[in-house]
Amino acid sequence: MSSFEYHRPTSVADAVAALGGGDEATVVAGGMTLLPTIKQRLADPSDLVDLSGVGEMKGISEEGGAIVIGAMTTHGEVASNPVVQAKIPALASLAGNIGDPQVRNRGTIGGSVANNDPAACYPAGLMAMNATVHTNKRAIPVDDFFTGMFETALEEGELVTKVSVPVPDKAAYIKFPQPASRYALVGVAVAQTGGAARVAVTGAGQDGVFRVADAEAALSGSFSPDALDGVSVDADGLNSDLHGSAAYRASLVMTLAKRAVAAANG
Amino acid sequence: MSKQHIKFTVNGEEKDVLAEPRELLIHTLREQLNVTGPHIGCETSHCGACTVDIDGKSVKACTLFAIQANGTEITTVEGIGSPDDLHPLQKAFREHHGLQCGYCTPGMITRAYRLLQENPSPTEEEVRFGMAGNLCRCTGYQNIVKSILAAADEMNGVKEAAE
Repeated sequence: MSSFEYHRPTSVADAVAALGGGDEATVVAGGMTLLPTIKQRLADPSDLVDLSGVGEMKGISEEGGAIVIGAMTTHGEVASNPVVQAKIPALASLAGNIGDPQVRNRGTIGGSVANNDPAACYPAGLMAMNATVHTNKRAIPVDDFFTGMFETALEEGELVTKVSVPVPDKAAYIKFPQPASRYALVGVAVAQTGGAARVAVTGAGQDGVFRVADAEAALSGSFSPDALDGVSVDADGLNSDLHGSAAYRASLVMTLAKRAVAAANG
Repeated sequence: MSKQHIKFTVNGEEKDVLAEPRELLIHTLREQLNVTGPHIGCETSHCGACTVDIDGKSVKACTLFAIQANGTEITTVEGIGSPDDLHPLQKAFREHHGLQCGYCTPGMITRAYRLLQENPSPTEEEVRFGMAGNLCRCTGYQNIVKSILAAADEMNGVKEAAE
Protein backbone atom coordinates (compact mmCIF):
# COMPACT_ATOMS: atom_id res chain seq x y z
CA MET A 1 0.00 0.00 0.00
CA SER A 2 1.06 3.57 -0.52
CA SER A 3 2.55 5.72 2.18
CA PHE A 4 0.36 8.14 4.09
CA GLU A 5 0.56 10.70 6.89
CA TYR A 6 -0.92 9.58 10.21
CA HIS A 7 -2.82 11.84 12.58
CA ARG A 8 -4.36 11.03 15.94
CA PRO A 9 -6.38 14.04 17.04
CA THR A 10 -8.02 14.20 20.45
CA SER A 11 -11.03 16.36 19.58
CA VAL A 12 -13.63 16.49 16.83
CA ALA A 13 -12.43 19.97 15.86
CA ASP A 14 -8.85 18.77 15.45
CA ALA A 15 -10.04 15.74 13.48
CA VAL A 16 -11.95 17.94 11.06
CA ALA A 17 -8.91 20.21 10.71
CA ALA A 18 -6.66 17.23 9.99
CA LEU A 19 -9.16 15.97 7.41
CA GLY A 20 -8.91 19.26 5.58
CA GLY A 21 -5.13 19.03 5.40
CA GLY A 22 -4.61 16.38 2.74
CA ASP A 23 -5.83 15.81 -0.81
CA GLU A 24 -7.14 12.36 -0.06
CA ALA A 25 -7.43 12.49 3.70
CA THR A 26 -9.73 9.91 5.25
CA VAL A 27 -10.77 8.98 8.74
CA VAL A 28 -10.22 5.58 10.28
CA ALA A 29 -12.60 4.49 13.01
CA GLY A 30 -12.20 0.77 13.70
CA GLY A 31 -10.67 0.15 10.29
CA MET A 32 -12.47 -3.15 9.72
CA THR A 33 -13.54 -2.03 6.25
CA LEU A 34 -10.96 0.66 5.55
CA LEU A 35 -7.83 -1.41 6.11
CA PRO A 36 -8.88 -4.23 3.75
CA THR A 37 -9.90 -1.53 1.26
CA ILE A 38 -6.49 0.14 1.49
CA LYS A 39 -4.74 -3.22 1.13
CA GLN A 40 -6.67 -3.84 -2.07
CA ARG A 41 -5.72 -0.35 -3.24
CA LEU A 42 -9.36 0.54 -3.57
CA ALA A 43 -8.52 3.39 -1.21
CA ASP A 44 -5.25 5.29 -1.32
CA PRO A 45 -5.37 7.93 1.39
CA SER A 46 -2.81 10.72 1.58
CA ASP A 47 -3.62 11.16 5.25
CA LEU A 48 -5.17 8.85 7.78
CA VAL A 49 -7.00 10.58 10.63
CA ASP A 50 -7.38 8.06 13.46
CA LEU A 51 -10.42 8.91 15.60
CA SER A 52 -9.53 6.50 18.42
CA GLY A 53 -8.19 9.34 20.58
CA VAL A 54 -11.32 11.47 20.36
CA GLY A 55 -12.89 10.98 23.78
CA GLU A 56 -16.04 12.96 22.96
CA MET A 57 -16.95 10.33 20.34
CA LYS A 58 -17.00 7.47 22.85
CA GLY A 59 -19.47 6.15 25.35
CA ILE A 60 -23.12 5.25 25.81
CA SER A 61 -25.73 7.22 27.72
CA GLU A 62 -29.49 7.44 28.12
CA GLU A 63 -30.94 10.82 27.29
CA GLY A 64 -34.67 11.58 27.25
CA GLY A 65 -36.01 8.24 26.09
CA ALA A 66 -33.15 7.55 23.69
CA ILE A 67 -29.90 5.66 23.89
CA VAL A 68 -27.06 7.84 22.64
CA ILE A 69 -24.01 5.98 21.40
CA GLY A 70 -20.74 7.70 20.59
CA ALA A 71 -19.51 7.07 17.07
CA MET A 72 -16.30 5.39 18.22
CA THR A 73 -18.14 2.87 20.40
CA THR A 74 -17.29 -0.65 19.27
CA HIS A 75 -19.81 -3.34 18.42
CA GLY A 76 -18.52 -5.32 21.39
CA GLU A 77 -19.12 -2.38 23.72
CA VAL A 78 -22.68 -1.90 22.45
CA ALA A 79 -23.38 -5.63 22.75
CA SER A 80 -22.15 -5.83 26.34
CA ASN A 81 -23.46 -2.48 27.60
CA PRO A 82 -25.99 -2.98 30.44
CA VAL A 83 -28.08 0.07 29.44
CA VAL A 84 -28.41 -1.08 25.83
CA GLN A 85 -29.14 -4.63 26.97
CA ALA A 86 -31.88 -3.38 29.29
CA LYS A 87 -33.47 -0.74 27.05
CA ILE A 88 -32.96 -2.02 23.51
CA PRO A 89 -31.95 -5.68 23.71
CA ALA A 90 -32.47 -5.98 19.94
CA LEU A 91 -29.68 -3.48 19.37
CA ALA A 92 -27.33 -5.27 21.78
CA SER A 93 -28.08 -8.52 19.98
CA LEU A 94 -27.56 -6.94 16.56
CA ALA A 95 -24.16 -5.57 17.60
CA GLY A 96 -23.19 -8.84 19.25
CA ASN A 97 -23.70 -10.79 16.05
CA ILE A 98 -21.71 -8.57 13.66
CA GLY A 99 -18.70 -10.33 12.18
CA ASP A 100 -16.68 -12.19 14.78
CA PRO A 101 -15.29 -11.32 18.23
CA GLN A 102 -12.09 -9.76 16.89
CA VAL A 103 -14.04 -7.60 14.45
CA ARG A 104 -16.47 -6.54 17.18
CA ASN A 105 -13.52 -5.41 19.31
CA ARG A 106 -12.45 -2.92 16.62
CA GLY A 107 -15.44 -2.07 14.43
CA THR A 108 -17.52 0.93 15.49
CA ILE A 109 -21.10 2.10 15.07
CA GLY A 110 -19.93 5.37 13.53
CA GLY A 111 -17.76 3.59 11.03
CA SER A 112 -20.56 1.22 10.10
CA VAL A 113 -23.14 3.93 9.45
CA ALA A 114 -20.70 6.20 7.62
CA ASN A 115 -19.67 3.31 5.39
CA ASN A 116 -23.28 2.18 4.76
CA ASP A 117 -22.30 -1.22 3.44
CA PRO A 118 -25.37 -2.64 1.67
CA ALA A 119 -25.09 -5.82 3.75
CA ALA A 120 -24.22 -4.26 7.10
CA CYS A 121 -26.47 -4.87 10.11
CA TYR A 122 -26.54 -1.43 11.75
CA PRO A 123 -28.24 0.45 8.89
CA ALA A 124 -31.27 -1.86 9.06
CA GLY A 125 -31.50 -1.80 12.84
CA LEU A 126 -31.11 1.96 13.08
CA MET A 127 -33.57 2.60 10.27
CA ALA A 128 -36.22 0.41 11.89
CA MET A 129 -35.67 2.15 15.21
CA ASN A 130 -35.89 5.60 13.60
CA ALA A 131 -32.49 6.70 14.87
CA THR A 132 -30.87 10.07 14.35
CA VAL A 133 -27.28 10.38 13.16
CA HIS A 134 -25.46 13.30 14.72
CA THR A 135 -22.49 14.88 12.99
CA ASN A 136 -20.19 17.77 13.80
CA LYS A 137 -22.59 19.95 11.78
CA ARG A 138 -26.16 18.73 12.25
CA ALA A 139 -28.59 15.99 13.24
CA ILE A 140 -29.76 13.82 10.35
CA PRO A 141 -32.85 11.55 10.60
CA VAL A 142 -31.83 8.06 9.56
CA ASP A 143 -34.31 8.04 6.65
CA ASP A 144 -32.35 10.93 5.13
CA PHE A 145 -28.93 9.66 6.11
CA PHE A 146 -28.65 6.42 4.13
CA THR A 147 -28.88 7.50 0.50
CA GLY A 148 -27.59 4.52 -1.51
CA MET A 149 -25.03 1.75 -1.69
CA PHE A 150 -22.02 3.00 0.33
CA GLU A 151 -23.64 6.45 0.06
CA THR A 152 -24.76 8.71 2.89
CA ALA A 153 -25.81 12.31 3.39
CA LEU A 154 -22.37 13.10 4.87
CA GLU A 155 -20.63 16.02 3.21
CA GLU A 156 -16.93 16.78 2.92
CA GLY A 157 -15.46 17.39 6.33
CA GLU A 158 -18.53 16.05 8.10
CA LEU A 159 -18.02 13.37 10.75
CA VAL A 160 -20.52 11.15 12.51
CA THR A 161 -20.11 11.96 16.20
CA LYS A 162 -22.91 9.93 17.77
CA VAL A 163 -26.08 8.01 17.03
CA SER A 164 -29.26 8.55 19.00
CA VAL A 165 -31.67 5.62 19.11
CA PRO A 166 -35.18 6.19 20.51
CA VAL A 167 -36.12 3.28 22.78
CA PRO A 168 -38.81 1.32 20.91
CA ASP A 169 -41.65 -0.51 22.61
CA LYS A 170 -40.59 -3.68 20.82
CA ALA A 171 -37.85 -4.49 18.31
CA ALA A 172 -35.89 -7.35 16.83
CA TYR A 173 -33.32 -7.90 14.14
CA ILE A 174 -32.89 -11.24 12.43
CA LYS A 175 -30.23 -11.90 9.84
CA PHE A 176 -29.58 -14.76 7.51
CA PRO A 177 -25.80 -14.60 7.51
CA GLN A 178 -23.72 -15.39 4.49
CA PRO A 179 -21.77 -18.15 6.25
CA ALA A 180 -18.29 -17.16 5.09
CA SER A 181 -18.43 -13.41 5.60
CA ARG A 182 -21.17 -13.28 8.25
CA TYR A 183 -22.52 -10.24 6.49
CA ALA A 184 -26.28 -10.36 6.06
CA LEU A 185 -27.38 -12.22 2.94
CA VAL A 186 -30.61 -10.64 4.10
CA GLY A 187 -31.29 -9.02 7.45
CA VAL A 188 -34.60 -7.60 8.62
CA ALA A 189 -35.19 -5.27 11.55
CA VAL A 190 -38.64 -4.48 12.92
CA ALA A 191 -39.59 -2.00 15.59
CA GLN A 192 -42.84 -0.86 17.11
CA THR A 193 -43.16 2.46 18.88
CA GLY A 194 -46.50 3.85 20.01
CA GLY A 195 -48.44 1.53 17.70
CA ALA A 196 -46.45 2.48 14.58
CA ALA A 197 -44.24 -0.18 13.04
CA ARG A 198 -41.10 0.22 10.96
CA VAL A 199 -39.45 -2.51 8.91
CA ALA A 200 -35.98 -2.12 7.40
CA VAL A 201 -34.02 -4.54 5.23
CA THR A 202 -30.30 -4.93 4.64
CA GLY A 203 -28.39 -7.24 2.31
CA ALA A 204 -31.11 -7.34 -0.30
CA GLY A 205 -31.42 -3.93 -1.92
CA GLN A 206 -29.28 -2.73 -4.79
CA ASP A 207 -29.37 0.72 -3.23
CA GLY A 208 -28.61 -0.56 0.24
CA VAL A 209 -30.94 -0.50 3.24
CA PHE A 210 -34.63 0.13 2.57
CA ARG A 211 -37.98 0.17 4.34
CA VAL A 212 -40.97 -1.98 3.41
CA ALA A 213 -44.03 0.26 3.42
CA ASP A 214 -46.60 -2.51 2.93
CA ALA A 215 -45.19 -4.51 5.81
CA GLU A 216 -45.15 -1.43 8.02
CA ALA A 217 -48.78 -0.69 7.22
CA ALA A 218 -49.81 -4.26 7.98
CA LEU A 219 -47.86 -4.34 11.24
CA SER A 220 -49.14 -0.96 12.34
CA GLY A 221 -52.62 -2.54 12.25
CA SER A 222 -51.60 -5.72 14.03
CA PHE A 223 -48.04 -6.31 15.21
CA SER A 224 -48.07 -10.06 14.62
CA PRO A 225 -46.38 -12.41 12.14
CA ASP A 226 -49.78 -13.32 10.65
CA ALA A 227 -50.36 -9.69 9.70
CA LEU A 228 -47.62 -10.14 7.10
CA ASP A 229 -49.45 -12.95 5.29
CA GLY A 230 -50.01 -11.77 1.75
CA VAL A 231 -47.41 -8.99 1.98
CA SER A 232 -44.53 -9.40 -0.44
CA VAL A 233 -41.60 -7.41 -1.76
CA ASP A 234 -40.80 -7.09 -5.44
CA ALA A 235 -37.70 -9.02 -6.50
CA ASP A 236 -36.96 -6.29 -9.04
CA GLY A 237 -34.27 -4.09 -7.61
CA LEU A 238 -32.95 -6.74 -5.23
CA ASN A 239 -29.44 -8.14 -5.37
CA SER A 240 -28.82 -11.36 -7.22
CA ASP A 241 -25.54 -13.22 -6.92
CA LEU A 242 -24.09 -16.67 -6.42
CA HIS A 243 -25.26 -16.67 -2.82
CA GLY A 244 -28.90 -16.07 -3.67
CA SER A 245 -31.17 -14.91 -6.45
CA ALA A 246 -33.29 -11.79 -6.19
CA ALA A 247 -36.40 -13.96 -5.86
CA TYR A 248 -34.78 -15.91 -3.03
CA ARG A 249 -33.85 -12.70 -1.26
CA ALA A 250 -37.40 -11.37 -1.72
CA SER A 251 -38.72 -14.52 -0.10
CA LEU A 252 -36.17 -14.26 2.72
CA VAL A 253 -37.22 -10.68 3.45
CA MET A 254 -40.76 -11.70 4.35
CA THR A 255 -39.71 -14.91 6.13
CA LEU A 256 -37.24 -13.01 8.28
CA ALA A 257 -39.71 -10.18 8.85
CA LYS A 258 -42.19 -12.65 10.31
CA ARG A 259 -39.51 -14.20 12.49
CA ALA A 260 -38.40 -10.76 13.62
CA VAL A 261 -41.95 -9.80 14.62
CA ALA A 262 -42.30 -13.06 16.51
CA ALA A 263 -38.97 -12.41 18.25
CA ALA A 264 -39.95 -8.82 19.07
CA ASN A 265 -43.18 -10.07 20.63
CA GLY A 266 -41.05 -12.45 22.72
CA MET B 1 5.50 9.55 5.73
CA SER B 2 8.71 9.02 7.57
CA LYS B 3 9.09 6.37 10.20
CA GLN B 4 7.51 7.04 13.54
CA HIS B 5 8.50 5.95 17.02
CA ILE B 6 5.96 3.48 18.32
CA LYS B 7 6.01 2.20 21.89
CA PHE B 8 4.09 -0.71 23.27
CA THR B 9 4.68 -3.69 25.48
CA VAL B 10 4.83 -7.15 23.99
CA ASN B 11 4.45 -10.00 26.46
CA GLY B 12 5.45 -7.68 29.29
CA GLU B 13 8.56 -6.24 27.61
CA GLU B 14 8.63 -2.60 26.59
CA LYS B 15 9.36 -2.14 22.91
CA ASP B 16 10.24 0.99 20.98
CA VAL B 17 10.17 0.50 17.24
CA LEU B 18 10.44 2.68 14.19
CA ALA B 19 7.83 2.03 11.56
CA GLU B 20 6.07 3.83 8.76
CA PRO B 21 2.37 4.39 9.54
CA ARG B 22 1.45 1.96 6.77
CA GLU B 23 3.21 -0.95 8.50
CA LEU B 24 0.74 -3.51 9.80
CA LEU B 25 1.14 -4.64 13.40
CA ILE B 26 1.61 -8.25 12.34
CA HIS B 27 4.62 -7.26 10.23
CA THR B 28 6.15 -5.21 13.05
CA LEU B 29 5.75 -8.12 15.44
CA ARG B 30 7.12 -10.75 13.11
CA GLU B 31 9.77 -8.90 11.16
CA GLN B 32 11.04 -6.22 13.53
CA LEU B 33 10.57 -7.92 16.87
CA ASN B 34 10.93 -11.55 15.80
CA VAL B 35 7.70 -12.41 17.60
CA THR B 36 6.69 -15.05 15.09
CA GLY B 37 3.97 -16.80 17.09
CA PRO B 38 1.18 -14.81 15.45
CA HIS B 39 0.95 -16.10 11.90
CA ILE B 40 -0.09 -14.51 8.65
CA GLY B 41 -2.79 -16.72 7.17
CA CYS B 42 -4.95 -14.65 4.86
CA GLU B 43 -3.93 -11.08 5.70
CA THR B 44 -7.53 -10.09 4.91
CA SER B 45 -8.99 -10.25 8.45
CA HIS B 46 -10.80 -13.49 7.82
CA CYS B 47 -8.73 -16.31 9.28
CA GLY B 48 -7.57 -15.13 12.71
CA ALA B 49 -4.14 -16.79 12.56
CA CYS B 50 -2.65 -13.38 13.47
CA THR B 51 -4.84 -12.93 16.55
CA VAL B 52 -3.12 -11.11 19.40
CA ASP B 53 -4.43 -9.69 22.65
CA ILE B 54 -4.36 -5.89 22.87
CA ASP B 55 -5.30 -4.31 26.21
CA GLY B 56 -7.35 -7.39 27.03
CA LYS B 57 -9.18 -7.71 23.73
CA SER B 58 -8.66 -10.18 20.89
CA VAL B 59 -7.63 -8.37 17.71
CA LYS B 60 -6.45 -9.47 14.29
CA ALA B 61 -2.97 -8.00 13.97
CA CYS B 62 -3.19 -7.96 10.17
CA THR B 63 -5.99 -5.40 10.28
CA LEU B 64 -4.34 -2.82 12.47
CA PHE B 65 -1.45 -0.51 11.68
CA ALA B 66 1.31 -0.83 14.25
CA ILE B 67 0.97 2.87 14.99
CA GLN B 68 -2.65 2.30 16.01
CA ALA B 69 -1.32 0.05 18.79
CA ASN B 70 0.91 2.80 20.18
CA GLY B 71 0.79 2.77 23.98
CA THR B 72 -0.97 -0.56 24.30
CA GLU B 73 -0.14 -3.84 26.00
CA ILE B 74 0.11 -6.71 23.55
CA THR B 75 0.12 -10.39 24.40
CA THR B 76 0.91 -13.06 21.83
CA VAL B 77 0.97 -16.83 22.14
CA GLU B 78 4.57 -16.51 23.34
CA GLY B 79 3.26 -14.70 26.42
CA ILE B 80 0.64 -17.29 27.26
CA GLY B 81 2.93 -20.25 27.92
CA SER B 82 6.38 -21.62 27.17
CA PRO B 83 7.64 -25.08 26.17
CA ASP B 84 8.73 -25.61 29.77
CA ASP B 85 5.54 -24.25 31.25
CA LEU B 86 2.62 -24.85 28.93
CA HIS B 87 -0.65 -23.06 29.54
CA PRO B 88 -3.59 -25.43 30.20
CA LEU B 89 -4.89 -24.53 26.74
CA GLN B 90 -1.63 -25.57 25.13
CA LYS B 91 -1.62 -28.83 27.09
CA ALA B 92 -5.23 -29.46 26.12
CA PHE B 93 -4.61 -28.81 22.42
CA ARG B 94 -1.79 -31.38 22.54
CA GLU B 95 -3.79 -33.85 24.60
CA HIS B 96 -6.95 -33.67 22.49
CA HIS B 97 -5.37 -33.30 19.05
CA GLY B 98 -6.61 -29.73 18.73
CA LEU B 99 -4.30 -29.22 15.80
CA GLN B 100 -3.07 -30.98 12.73
CA CYS B 101 -0.76 -28.73 10.71
CA GLY B 102 -0.66 -26.20 13.54
CA TYR B 103 -0.69 -23.07 11.42
CA CYS B 104 -3.85 -21.65 12.95
CA THR B 105 -2.96 -22.77 16.47
CA PRO B 106 -1.25 -19.62 17.81
CA GLY B 107 -4.31 -17.60 16.88
CA MET B 108 -6.62 -20.27 18.28
CA ILE B 109 -4.75 -20.37 21.61
CA THR B 110 -4.56 -16.60 21.88
CA ARG B 111 -8.25 -16.13 21.14
CA ALA B 112 -9.26 -19.04 23.38
CA TYR B 113 -7.12 -17.58 26.18
CA ARG B 114 -9.17 -14.37 26.08
CA LEU B 115 -12.44 -16.26 25.63
CA LEU B 116 -11.81 -18.16 28.87
CA GLN B 117 -10.98 -14.89 30.65
CA GLU B 118 -14.29 -13.46 29.46
CA ASN B 119 -16.27 -16.63 30.12
CA PRO B 120 -14.44 -19.15 32.33
CA SER B 121 -17.08 -21.89 31.94
CA PRO B 122 -18.40 -21.68 28.38
CA THR B 123 -20.82 -24.12 26.81
CA GLU B 124 -19.81 -25.85 23.58
CA GLU B 125 -22.04 -23.41 21.69
CA GLU B 126 -20.40 -20.44 23.38
CA VAL B 127 -16.97 -21.77 22.47
CA ARG B 128 -17.98 -22.13 18.82
CA PHE B 129 -19.48 -18.62 18.78
CA GLY B 130 -16.50 -17.14 20.59
CA MET B 131 -14.03 -18.80 18.23
CA ALA B 132 -15.89 -17.79 15.08
CA GLY B 133 -13.12 -15.43 14.00
CA ASN B 134 -10.54 -18.21 13.81
CA LEU B 135 -10.46 -20.59 10.89
CA CYS B 136 -8.86 -24.03 10.76
CA ARG B 137 -8.66 -25.87 7.47
CA CYS B 138 -7.56 -29.22 8.93
CA THR B 139 -9.52 -30.30 11.94
CA GLY B 140 -13.18 -29.59 11.38
CA TYR B 141 -13.07 -27.82 14.76
CA GLN B 142 -14.30 -30.78 16.82
CA ASN B 143 -11.02 -31.27 18.62
CA ILE B 144 -10.36 -27.55 18.94
CA VAL B 145 -13.65 -27.13 20.78
CA LYS B 146 -12.94 -30.22 22.85
CA SER B 147 -9.51 -28.84 23.77
CA ILE B 148 -10.88 -25.49 24.87
CA LEU B 149 -13.61 -27.10 26.97
CA ALA B 150 -11.03 -29.42 28.55
CA ALA B 151 -8.75 -26.48 29.31
CA ALA B 152 -11.65 -24.62 30.91
CA ASP B 153 -12.37 -27.62 33.11
CA GLU B 154 -8.75 -27.91 34.10
CA MET B 155 -8.42 -24.20 34.84
CA ASN B 156 -11.59 -24.24 36.92
CA GLY B 157 -10.45 -27.37 38.71
CA VAL B 158 -7.12 -25.80 39.52
CA LYS B 159 -8.90 -22.75 40.86
CA GLU B 160 -11.20 -24.84 43.03
CA ALA B 161 -8.28 -26.85 44.37
CA ALA B 162 -6.43 -23.65 45.24
CA GLU B 163 -9.41 -22.37 47.17
